[in-house]
Amino acid sequence: MTQDTPQQPKPASGSPKHTPSDNKERVYWLDQTKNVDKVFYGLCVLCGLSVAGDLLIHRHVILEIEAIFAFYGFYGFVACVGLVLAAKELRKFLKRKENYYDDDS
Amino acid sequence: MTASALAHSVPPGLVMLIGALLIPLFRGHIRSAYMLALPVIGLLQLLLLDSGTHLSVQTLGLQLDLLRVDQLSLVFGYIFHIAAFVSVIYALHVNDATQHVSGLTYAGAATGALFAGDLVTLFVYWELTAVTSVFLIFARRTPSAYRAGMRYLVIQVGSGVLLLTGIILHHIDTGSIAFDHLGLGSPATAIILVAFGIKAAFPLLHNWLQDAYPEATVTGTVFLSAFTTKLAIYALTRGYAGTEILVWIGVTMTAFPIFYAVIENDLRRVLAYSLNNQLGFMVTGIGIGTDMAINGTVAHAFSHILYKALLFMSMGAVLHRVGTIKGSELGGLYKSMPWTAAFCIVGAASISAFPLFSGFISKALIITAAAENGYFISWLILLFASAGVFHHSGIKIPYFAFFAHDSGKRCAEAPWNMLVAMGIAAAFCIGIGVYPAPLYEILPFQVDFAPYTPTHVLTQLQLLLFSALAFAVLIRYGVYPPELRSTNLDVDWLYRRLGPTLIKRVVAWIDHSARLLKEDTKGQLKDFVDGVTRHHGPEGAMARTWPTGATVLWVAILLGAFLIASFYA
Repeated sequence: MTQDTPQQPKPASGSPKHTPSDNKERVYWLDQTKNVDKVFYGLCVLCGLSVAGDLLIHRHVILEIEAIFAFYGFYGFVACVGLVLAAKELRKFLKRKENYYDDDS
Repeated sequence: MTASALAHSVPPGLVMLIGALLIPLFRGHIRSAYMLALPVIGLLQLLLLDSGTHLSVQTLGLQLDLLRVDQLSLVFGYIFHIAAFVSVIYALHVNDATQHVSGLTYAGAATGALFAGDLVTLFVYWELTAVTSVFLIFARRTPSAYRAGMRYLVIQVGSGVLLLTGIILHHIDTGSIAFDHLGLGSPATAIILVAFGIKAAFPLLHNWLQDAYPEATVTGTVFLSAFTTKLAIYALTRGYAGTEILVWIGVTMTAFPIFYAVIENDLRRVLAYSLNNQLGFMVTGIGIGTDMAINGTVAHAFSHILYKALLFMSMGAVLHRVGTIKGSELGGLYKSMPWTAAFCIVGAASISAFPLFSGFISKALIITAAAENGYFISWLILLFASAGVFHHSGIKIPYFAFFAHDSGKRCAEAPWNMLVAMGIAAAFCIGIGVYPAPLYEILPFQVDFAPYTPTHVLTQLQLLLFSALAFAVLIRYGVYPPELRSTNLDVDWLYRRLGPTLIKRVVAWIDHSARLLKEDTKGQLKDFVDGVTRHHGPEGAMARTWPTGATVLWVAILLGAFLIASFYA
């Protein structure tokens, strides 16, 4: 017996697929664009606060580079943007169709 | 015999290894209770064992150290039993004895390897982990799982064969099979390092992990994620602590899988890539080799097993309920599976090393050790990888599964046993993060490190918040690459595509040449036969049968010629 067969959707939910606009379904907080905006701006504020922390706390550093103002924030941001852009480029070389290996067998 | 004496007379791991074989005899709740009891009894045995215990036997002229207990093996032993217990709970709803037997014998074999005091005993358990675990992949019962399982088995058993080769050479060199510090002093120990490196998923030797783990069953992947690779980390810690090349191997491992993780669509495969990245932190710690770094590696293995299992459990629950784990088809599932989403976020926060979660208190040891020992470039890469792991595991996994665009998929929450297993793992993740002292207490060396200083907390928060900001900005402005149905080429291309293609070409060339040769030879043979037939055949000049009359005539002519010649002579 395999265990990976998907369970049927709850009978209560009626048809198997519902769209978010389905008026019977509860509207969640995150379904509203303005709330997604709030999350984004909230994150910006938190980032600002963490940079402000650099002014308030005297950091104990091991390496010289750590002493640069907001080094960790700057490095984290650049690293992640660089990572995603590089991975996007990499996709051009590495991406094959989903059943690439299955074709052979 | 007292409980303590009994505990000291049986190698740990045997309880699960042998006990699991009896699982098919039980049914229903009794089977569940029996399976849960095995890791609990195993853990009780470990708690009774004293550091320094040995149990040896003499056989075939070798002294086998079946039981060697020290702090290093104990810490790994504790976490292996906790992982087995949690994985069993997670799998309780499965009515497939093969998977249960496979999972627990595998956990037992891996535990046995931790307490092997010599390399030959280690080898036996090393191979046992391969043979017992492969059924967790086969049990998916799909053609692609079968093929992935076969590849997994070949590579895992291959690692064992290399290990045995190394052990034999090492024995010839030194006359010893003791499993202590080996170092990179001879070809023998180099071969053993490669054998360990295969199981630890070193760069270029890594791809079995991303190939096989996502193909295993929902519950099988949770077992798999805990044992094989961490057994290799344990073996490297014991044999190769302070081997500098491991720093470079380790930082490479932290960095390159995260590029793949960003573009991978199968979310369990994303987790397999991030598992590889986390192993990189541990290998780096082993390479640095100071007390703090080794403590960091061991602590990180401990917390990693829990949060990685938690992440695989949450993705397994999604696969179980929805029937797919492709990022391109998921989204909005927090509405249907709020508990699973919450547990996934705890796992994500732990792997990302958020303060108050387990990854924070263990990874900090390794990164601080790198900085303090002057590994500047390595430190920069580790920091990059820390930001990257948050990016792809911490955010991408929960985001694409549970949030992002609503896929419209609605399903039931995960079964109760899955939720309980995730709940226990999540409690450990938070517990270790909030109160790390008990974990620090059992590490191999005295810990002289305070994770919760204002500097640590602030720098880590800054790194993570800005990584999150980068993700948010890239998503908001449509720069983030969408999840696409695809296969990304990795090292496995060499043996899944290039190798077979080359072999096919060579076979075709040989076949073609043989045919040419055959035709050419056939032609020459025909010419020869024709020639012979022409000259010697029934019509050939050389084989013509001459009439008697002609012969008489020729004799008469010869005699005549002879007569005339004799007249003149």
